[in-house]
Amino acid sequence: MSPETRPEARVTNVLLCGIGGQGVLTAAELLARAAVAAGHDAKKTEVAGMAQRGGVVTSHLRFGPRVLAPAIPDGEADLLIGFEAAEALRWVGQLRPGGTAVVNGLRVKPPVVHQGLFAYPDDPVGALRARGLDLRVVEARDIAESLGTHRLMNTVMLGAAADLLPLSPADLRALVVESFRVRKPALADLNGRAFDAGRTAAADSLGGAGGTAGETALGAGAVATPMASAAD
Amino acid sequence: MNALTEIAAGGRVLLSGNEAVARAVWEAGAALATAYPGTPSTEILETLARYPDVDAQWSVNEKVSLEVAIGASLAGARAFCAMKHVGMNVAADALMSQALAGCHGGLVLAVADDVGLSSSQNEQDSRYWGRFAHLPMLEPADAQEAHAFTLAAFALSEEVGCPVILRLTTRVCHVKTVVAVGERLAPPPRGFIRDPRRWVMLPVNAKAMLPKQDARDATLRALAEDSPLTTELEGSDRSLGLVASGPAALSAREALPEAPILKLGQTWPVPVDRIRAFGETVDRLLVVEETEPLVEETLKAAGVAVLGKDVLPRHGELSVRVLRDSVARLRGAVVADAAPAGPDPDVFPRPPTMCPGCPHLSPFYCLSKLRRGVLIAGDIGCYTLGAGHPWQAMDTCTCMGASVTMAQGLAMAKGGEDARKAVVAVIGDSTFLHMGMQGLLNLVYNRANVTVMILDNRTVAMTGGQEHPGTGFDIHGQEAPRVDFVALVQAMGVKPERVHAVDPYELPALFRLIRQETQVPEVSVIITNQPCVLTDRHTPRPALTVVEDECTGCGSCINTGCPAIQVTRRETTTTKSGHSKELAFVRIDSAFCTGCNACVETCAPNAIVPLNPAAHPRLEKV
Repeated sequence: MSPETRPEARVTNVLLCGIGGQGVLTAAELLARAAVAAGHDAKKTEVAGMAQRGGVVTSHLRFGPRVLAPAIPDGEADLLIGFEAAEALRWVGQLRPGGTAVVNGLRVKPPVVHQGLFAYPDDPVGALRARGLDLRVVEARDIAESLGTHRLMNTVMLGAAADLLPLSPADLRALVVESFRVRKPALADLNGRAFDAGRTAAADSLGGAGGTAGETALGAGAVATPMASAAD
Repeated sequence: MNALTEIAAGGRVLLSGNEAVARAVWEAGAALATAYPGTPSTEILETLARYPDVDAQWSVNEKVSLEVAIGASLAGARAFCAMKHVGMNVAADALMSQALAGCHGGLVLAVADDVGLSSSQNEQDSRYWGRFAHLPMLEPADAQEAHAFTLAAFALSEEVGCPVILRLTTRVCHVKTVVAVGERLAPPPRGFIRDPRRWVMLPVNAKAMLPKQDARDATLRALAEDSPLTTELEGSDRSLGLVASGPAALSAREALPEAPILKLGQTWPVPVDRIRAFGETVDRLLVVEETEPLVEETLKAAGVAVLGKDVLPRHGELSVRVLRDSVARLRGAVVADAAPAGPDPDVFPRPPTMCPGCPHLSPFYCLSKLRRGVLIAGDIGCYTLGAGHPWQAMDTCTCMGASVTMAQGLAMAKGGEDARKAVVAVIGDSTFLHMGMQGLLNLVYNRANVTVMILDNRTVAMTGGQEHPGTGFDIHGQEAPRVDFVALVQAMGVKPERVHAVDPYELPALFRLIRQETQVPEVSVIITNQPCVLTDRHTPRPALTVVEDECTGCGSCINTGCPAIQVTRRETTTTKSGHSKELAFVRIDSAFCTGCNACVETCAPNAIVPLNPAAHPRLEKV
């Protein structure tokens, strides 16, 4: 860092959370690239290694004129993007007062819950709602499956977050679509539609009740293609 | 064409610390780069393998890796070696002796500390290797610095003639930020210089080098005092000055923007005079370092009054919150020990799991069923998860290869109630090749009785699926000679009739074999041979499902630990003997099932069947 730098300018803190294999890190990567493309300094950090095996995954994205610390200071997240309902509940305490959460209503019980060792919360979305947050709930799996595959889930979530960031939603969409056009051209347009559907769902969710959430093994499908982006 | 080299000099790209180090190693003109995979350092070599002109290669362990790099340096080339913190322990033999002789071509070692232990068995502070080995230690704070410091490390190595250590932490390795990159230099070849008095470490030669090392230490101290990598950041409040290094320096700047900071880019040798002069401009001086008090104690020994670990925690990351609260307390504020706003402790834990169809599921299921009769020494890899639920089938895990050797000690000294127990060592393919082979040789030679299970999934799975000599491919995906585990262990003296290569998906056969071999009074080796499900080598089989009406709720299948098996409802019933029993009825999430068949074999009522019977010939018997 250059000696004269000071953290005087406002930094935007985005905390993404979910389960290993859900594409949390890929989503964070795309948001980081969008922030840099918009001219910001950025830092994107994550817990990797063991946590990727179906465990808790978080990624911290910070952007602004100048970002110093690699991790979001406790309780200073502006936006929480939760890829699973109970994971959002686990990390919601990291939001600053007045922060916003956009949460996938998906409920994924881990093996320790199926083994009877721990209880999954009865209504994680309700518990989030009870905190009086600015909360948007999106049934990203239902939306993704309606478009053809659950693997579009994290593109849906990126769309859902698009209007909650100080970045241009159109630019973010273009970057997401372009990233697929480079790697998997057949899926580019589909991911564009998933992005739009997520954006619409987040807008519609304001004031609405949480939907009924599906249940799945894991981000396990997910685990079968770890780190893979939404629509592999 | 290569996308990486197309990034032109002056280009600004989003890179992790690991990617930035790799880029700089390439730019520095290094000819050879080696590593054994280890979180958080793995991606350095993975990235380097995609650059031209650098011979990037996986080594079987860190000692081998460092020695290969030393050889390249002596040949006159620039060479690089990466490892995680515990890897340096393995490489220490080579490090400590070569440090005395030094190097010829620039030699840089990157060692990545897992501050906060996200994926390691300890949290050691590798900076002590600098002090121990009399070598300079550079400590970047982010990816941009990692890039610049790597280039500086090569230059320093050649200027002083000794290896230079680059100390990274997880928050450098795995944090991406914008990095300005440069072009590749082409350092002129230096050639090998025949100099046995320097390169042959006979006692007489080594002894003669000690005064030279003293002189080198003095040079390194002088250079460290003036190092351009150490910078002073202005602050308006001179009541407290900070001496900080690594990512903690950036967190300190954010937490305490008014405090002047002397940011150390080099933490060994410690620039004592420069810190002393900085200290004279502030009322009090606080050392901010992760994780041990290396700089702090060096300063105190030199008579510089500083605060350090009396104010700050001795373990874990020095985050913005920790620094802010600690300094507030130092200034006399009452700061509540409120729970940090981290993860909500009331939400259930979600530990990492093995994958659906993981070939480690059935070995640990079998061991869990034999639990009362065996002591189980484990090792480092995905299979360390076998210590957790539902298997709880691991009694020890210390370091790479220690399953085999500690099993020998257990087998030879067990007594009392354990005397009748068999001893099993569980180790993965790559870990076996890393450090387990020597232990097996020792086991056989000393006539111990251990059943060694080599769980060969044909990859280094835990770190993301790297190649090794047991996979038949190199870091570039090119074919390479492939070790034959059966022939290898037989060559070490394990009797051919005691060596078994088995399909772990054939659960009953695996169970019978483990039971049989643990009852034999000599060394046995059981090698499981299904590939990791996350690799291309794995071929998924048609998915399974549960016939709801036939599930009796016994829960046996749940004990395989497969995450595709889900409980749909629970009931409590009373057995004939009057005990109450919990029943758990299940379904299989067929979308995630890989058809490995392990659960089918645990299901007495045959309630688990192919989702599409025609597609699953293996299960026609069901």
